[in-house]
Amino acid sequence: MTEELEQTTLIPQGPSDKEKKYDRQLRLWAASGQAALESANLLLINSGAGTVGIETLKNLVLPGIGKFTIADGAVVQDVDLGVNFFLDESCLGKSRAQCCTELLLELNPEVDGVWNSAVTDATSLQELLNAPETFTMIMYSHPLQPGMLEAIEAYGRQHRTPLIAIHSVGFYSYFRITLPGTFPTVDTHPDQTATTDLRLLSPWPELSEFANEMTKDIDNLDHHDHGHIPMVVILLYYLDIWKKEHGGAYPTSYGEKTEFRQLISKATRRDNPEGGEENFDEAFAAVMQHVTLQPVPSSLKQVFDYEHTDEQDSKSSFWIIAEALKQFYAENERLPVAGGLPDMKAQSSVYIQLQNIYKDKARQDVNDVLSRVRKISGGENIGLEEVELFCKNARFVKLINNTGEAPPSMEQIIERELSNDEIAAIAGPEMPTSLIPIYLALSVPSHASAASADEIVTAVCQKAPALEGNERLTQVAQELARAAGGELHNISAVTGGMVAQEVIKIITNQYVPIDNTCVFDGIESRCQVLRL
Amino acid sequence: MSVETRRAADVAADSETARWKYLEQIRRTPGPFTNPEAVEDEFLAQFERFKILGAGGLGCEILKNLAMSKFKDIHVIDMDTIDISNLNRQFLFRKSDVGKFKAEVAAKFVEQRVKGVKITAHNKRIQDFDDEFYKQFQLVICGLDSIEARRWINAMLVSIAEESEDPDGVKPLIDGGTEGFKGQARVIFPSFTSCIECQLDMHAPRAAVPLCTIASIPRQPEHCVEWAHVIAWEQEKPFPKLDKDDPEHVTWIYQKALKRAEEFNIPGITYSLTQGTIKNIIPAIASTNAIIAAACCNEAFKIATTTATCLGFENNYMMYSGNDSIYTYTFKHEKKEDCPVCGREARPLDVDPNMTLQDLLDSFAVRPEAQLKKPSIRAEGKTLYMQVPQSLEEQTRPNLNKSLKDLGLENGQEVVVTDPAFPLEFNFFFRFKEESS
Repeated sequence: MTEELEQTTLIPQGPSDKEKKYDRQLRLWAASGQAALESANLLLINSGAGTVGIETLKNLVLPGIGKFTIADGAVVQDVDLGVNFFLDESCLGKSRAQCCTELLLELNPEVDGVWNSAVTDATSLQELLNAPETFTMIMYSHPLQPGMLEAIEAYGRQHRTPLIAIHSVGFYSYFRITLPGTFPTVDTHPDQTATTDLRLLSPWPELSEFANEMTKDIDNLDHHDHGHIPMVVILLYYLDIWKKEHGGAYPTSYGEKTEFRQLISKATRRDNPEGGEENFDEAFAAVMQHVTLQPVPSSLKQVFDYEHTDEQDSKSSFWIIAEALKQFYAENERLPVAGGLPDMKAQSSVYIQLQNIYKDKARQDVNDVLSRVRKISGGENIGLEEVELFCKNARFVKLINNTGEAPPSMEQIIERELSNDEIAAIAGPEMPTSLIPIYLALSVPSHASAASADEIVTAVCQKAPALEGNERLTQVAQELARAAGGELHNISAVTGGMVAQEVIKIITNQYVPIDNTCVFDGIESRCQVLRL
Repeated sequence: MSVETRRAADVAADSETARWKYLEQIRRTPGPFTNPEAVEDEFLAQFERFKILGAGGLGCEILKNLAMSKFKDIHVIDMDTIDISNLNRQFLFRKSDVGKFKAEVAAKFVEQRVKGVKITAHNKRIQDFDDEFYKQFQLVICGLDSIEARRWINAMLVSIAEESEDPDGVKPLIDGGTEGFKGQARVIFPSFTSCIECQLDMHAPRAAVPLCTIASIPRQPEHCVEWAHVIAWEQEKPFPKLDKDDPEHVTWIYQKALKRAEEFNIPGITYSLTQGTIKNIIPAIASTNAIIAAACCNEAFKIATTTATCLGFENNYMMYSGNDSIYTYTFKHEKKEDCPVCGREARPLDVDPNMTLQDLLDSFAVRPEAQLKKPSIRAEGKTLYMQVPQSLEEQTRPNLNKSLKDLGLENGQEVVVTDPAFPLEFNFFFRFKEESS
């Protein structure tokens, strides 16, 4: 009822200038996501040809990231102007960090940006990292000196800061995300159609009563009323009939559901002026998807079965609500009702009543979970809204970088990828081959900018003997070697876009980030995500 | 030439060489996926003369990427002016540019930033140009926001390719589009590979809400907004012409929708939802635009230089989704022999012989394979319904209420459908549904 109250008391006024500017993105991550972005502080440690990191920042300055710092000891040369758009003739001979910062800041006056041109080695980087300012996230582009990498990784561990390594050479690139621990997301934005759970096979008393009341004299309803029974009620009514005819069992197999659909089809009136009924058509179409018991998805099972290794982690609101939900599930043998009802042909008032039956049940379930939350130590101050969102999205919460599950070794991964490739060779072009050779080849010249194809193959095979004689690796090495460590603007722009999406997902804790490495092949125009 | 000016010229040439070092390295060093011709002098020189056309909402990204790919002669078409809601992603525009032409501002910006590139801006619609204009380009790359504009440029390039006698008439069309964290990039070799019209059913329009729902039984906040937008506005005409960007007009619709929603106890009306519904706003962010525009320009670069295999003859379509992890699906969309634009056969149209001509015409708007909003139709030897001219419209209007059967149309009947939005004819043949008892 609060919603109605808001509607009447709200004085209609247009959006603010800021809301207008960010309108197209607020529709994706709402004010909460925007606030998270605006309080983020990013560090980019730039090196090499240096474009991919700047392209990433461009895509974060535009949506209004709070602050960024560019650490880059390079001085602008002609070669930079051919690949980096955020430099011009007047920058030649100046600090690359400074020039890029200035031109990026033009994009959005609400963003704060600073530069540091003194970072040239591990010691100077350490000085920057020792400053009192803490970074929300650090991005660094390869090739990077090993000492600098160690300093970044140490900072990440100490401050629990997510790190993103980025490398773009020629037509290839990859980026890899290191998260400080298991990363749970509740607000995963699943597709609207996937979230609907109508509970047709386990209706609660209020829902059954509503359906019974509407259908008690179904055969004598006039055409108008019959044609406006909501499809949920139609399905509940005929499921009851089915149950009576099948010894109390619901239709579960594909064959049974097909048969059940015929029951709906037969009940459709065709002697009316329209020659059919939209609501019955809707019911017919909904059988396969909605006449089903929604199982607990494996992603939620992971959450339920999770064993904490980090004491502090287990006290976060996510894990407290997860514990309460687990209790709820153990006791009720079902998840909370999500509360959503898709649109369906019905009279306005009937639809609203039905919608309220779902909403009320969802509210009851949320309150049940909330009362459990409050009894768990640390749960006293967790708000209703957070529990509400968790219950609504229960089937879609997701863990990334699950530290409870050790990732396979590189050897196992390569073995798996190679055997997939063998299948792909038989299956034909529909099944793409593994991109892991690109990752391995790019990892070689991380700090030696222009290795030859032979050197790359040798170095990869030292780490991964299984790739000895692999034709694809040879091609990838040749392709990579010919770029001589240089960046192609388009490849860095694609990669910068992908990294920016991931940064946004991590900072807003909305949508699902990659776990944990993404390889891009700009020749075949495709990606592969690998957990390494 | 004096020694000094020659030296200055040499320095300039050196700095130009130094500038494009990475890109030239790729162009001049063959790799395992390079066309052997790519490194021949003649081919290398051809690239320098390449003329390319960009259009649409991904314009800023496309112009940047093309200029940074060393394309020197670029044209851009965009009739839109800059709106404040563009600033979160169209990075060449500032607040002070609001109201100016996008093409003009973007072209000027990139010309100033990247030395040596020539960008010609056209503040017009793509439909304002004829085939002679389009023939001057080697490649067209677009991120248009309407399906209609895409279909138009596609039909234009297919007809240029079909009329041309040499391979220069085949102007690759690269198309990109985004929605939220998702997008797609595709490459079309007109008349040779699957075209936009072949792929039309992949972009089916959203099912429209029936008018009776809007008029009498609303259930969703969007139904109330549509009521205010379509019915209340028509009845009350609060302003002479609806401007969906005018906050005053949107506020009027918002308040009307709010009142109606209260009447029916429907929660959830907001200003943002009102605006989103009437303008059919699609969420858009900088990062997705960057991914898709760069994927398109990467294909343009590979086609123009043949430095690596491009999308087109084998795989020709890349779908990108960043909602849940990152997922790309790159595949081959097959050309359709019955494509009304690039195919040669009429395509079947499943119809009920008892439906009226009006019902059939209405169905063209929602059939994923047709999507025609103002169709005219004729069968062999007789005009069934024409939208224009008015006299013919009046003459053929009585046919609208007749059933296909009563109009004497038969199973297998070929019909030709036209629509003022497209410079082509759609050929169909009827496939009658078995009569249900």
